[in-house]
Amino acid sequence: MASLVSQGERVPKTLKLFIGGEFPRTESGRSFPVYDQDSKKVFAQLCQASRKDFRNAIAASLKACEQWQQRTAYNRAQILYRMAEMTEGHREDMVSVLKSTSGVNAQTAENSIDQVVDAFVYYAGFCDKYSQLSGCVNPVNGPHHAFTTPEPVGCVDCLFDDDMGAAAALPLVASTLASIITSGSVVTALLPTAAAAQIASLGEIFATSDLPKGVVNLLTGNRSELIDHMASHMEVQSVCYVGSDRAVKEKLKTLGAENMKRVVWRELHANAADTNENLRLENILSFVEYKTVWHPVGN
Amino acid sequence: MRSISMTDENGQALAIVAAPIDEVGATERAQFFTTRSIKKDSKVHALYLAISMCDLTTLEGADTPGRVRQLCEKARHPVPPDIFNEAAKLKDFPPIPSVAAVCVYPAMVSVAVKVLAGSGIHVASVATAFPSGQSPLSTKIDETRYAVAKGADEIDMVINRGAFLSGDYQQVFDEIAAVKEACGTAHLKVILETGELGSLDRVRLASEIAMHAGADFIKTSTGKIQPAATLPVTLVMLQAIADFYHKTGKKIGMKPAGGIRTAKQAIQYLCMVNETLGAEWLTPQLFRFGASSMLNDILRQIFKEATGRYYYDRVFSLD
Repeated sequence: MASLVSQGERVPKTLKLFIGGEFPRTESGRSFPVYDQDSKKVFAQLCQASRKDFRNAIAASLKACEQWQQRTAYNRAQILYRMAEMTEGHREDMVSVLKSTSGVNAQTAENSIDQVVDAFVYYAGFCDKYSQLSGCVNPVNGPHHAFTTPEPVGCVDCLFDDDMGAAAALPLVASTLASIITSGSVVTALLPTAAAAQIASLGEIFATSDLPKGVVNLLTGNRSELIDHMASHMEVQSVCYVGSDRAVKEKLKTLGAENMKRVVWRELHANAADTNENLRLENILSFVEYKTVWHPVGN
Repeated sequence: MRSISMTDENGQALAIVAAPIDEVGATERAQFFTTRSIKKDSKVHALYLAISMCDLTTLEGADTPGRVRQLCEKARHPVPPDIFNEAAKLKDFPPIPSVAAVCVYPAMVSVAVKVLAGSGIHVASVATAFPSGQSPLSTKIDETRYAVAKGADEIDMVINRGAFLSGDYQQVFDEIAAVKEACGTAHLKVILETGELGSLDRVRLASEIAMHAGADFIKTSTGKIQPAATLPVTLVMLQAIADFYHKTGKKIGMKPAGGIRTAKQAIQYLCMVNETLGAEWLTPQLFRFGASSMLNDILRQIFKEATGRYYYDRVFSLD
């Protein structure tokens, strides 16, 4: 029997959500199209995630939270590094999706994947170092040893602006997710439309890097529909907004006030593609809480 | 249909019919209840009803008087203070009922009785060498008498599965009848431990034996082994109750226990009771849930229906 490939057929990949280590369709049954920039034809139908999908993702990340924090920093580093290795394995696929859906040339697409790999390697290196770099021993008046250490903030959700180009969006998403999970936090991200078609590749990278299920959850959909739920969910400790819209930030702060969410705003400037912004210790420290311990010394 | 000859507690001959069960049919019928969509007012009504049918249970080796007291306080006031305060601000928010009963080991009955005095909440005690039932009858009867003397008004006994599975149905019958006598005025719930019986045919037979021997309630499981309560098993038991009612006119209660954790499951069970036995059975006098962790989920859902959003999971008690 002749193979499908020899007959010019390919089995296309169905792009679904990534929740709790699995690839479910949205429970709402809704979808939206992304287009191939050259042919202007539909490239794929993506899931339009609902509130229920978001709640499921948070439930999955809460389950994963404790387990991920209990991993040694060394092990978390290994897993983040593994994510870089897996990205190399998906390079061809990611470049082709990027070229089709955003119309960038091959070189720009390759650069974009390079930045994703860089981000994973960069944050892998910080897993067992950020704590020494940001913790300290405090001088105190009395027979106490006082020290401050950073601890992961916990369950984070993450939104992006939609209007950036795909070549910039992909490394931005990858580096933001990596910076959140480095310290042991867990994250649910609503992908920006520009990077939404990469959900399958990103999901496969996370699913095959020994990352515990639920540490990273990826959704695609309509931000204006989900933002209220993402801002007000009572089990989310921090919400990260990467973009330039002040109104969005204000909304997150207002709705997040009830359970005192930390609202982290990474303001996007014109030079959004600037990799230096993506790779910084400060990005990790946005998602930690500081704990100070006083320990008596002497007899 | 096979008929099993026995002797009842008065020495009269008794024939118990072992009706065969269509496993596929029962499973399919039970599955049907999981696809219903019960929303809004009906959902809220069902959830309030489910709370009033709840038997809060603690049956651990590590039970202390403090733990039992804490559970009893939760039985009286199921709503955590944070939610209560916020719900009280809502218009037309009906007060949350207290649960039906608290179920403890015999040694803890006196503690529970003291805390629950005057609340109208029943104190249930497991007895008869729970959960295995592997003790001599005299010990089982002593244990039952002890629990009743300490103030338990409901007794949850386990059937002798060793005897049942070896075919000695008469012994199973006699033990239930003897424990029923030891109960006096206390209600007797008979736990079949369906997870150990192996087939729906045996579940049906055990239900028949328990009801003929004097059970006021039949109950699926101890909660100590898996599988515990499932929809098909409960359906078979409910049908046995219906047939027994048509034959004798006696209304026997039903208590699924173990494995029911969510508000959604609770509603499925209530639908099943309504459609198998009718609305007369939708009362705490005739239907109970042996499910402690379910209560928190029901409260979450009630709060969500009232306010449109979910509250913190962490405001709820851990057990």
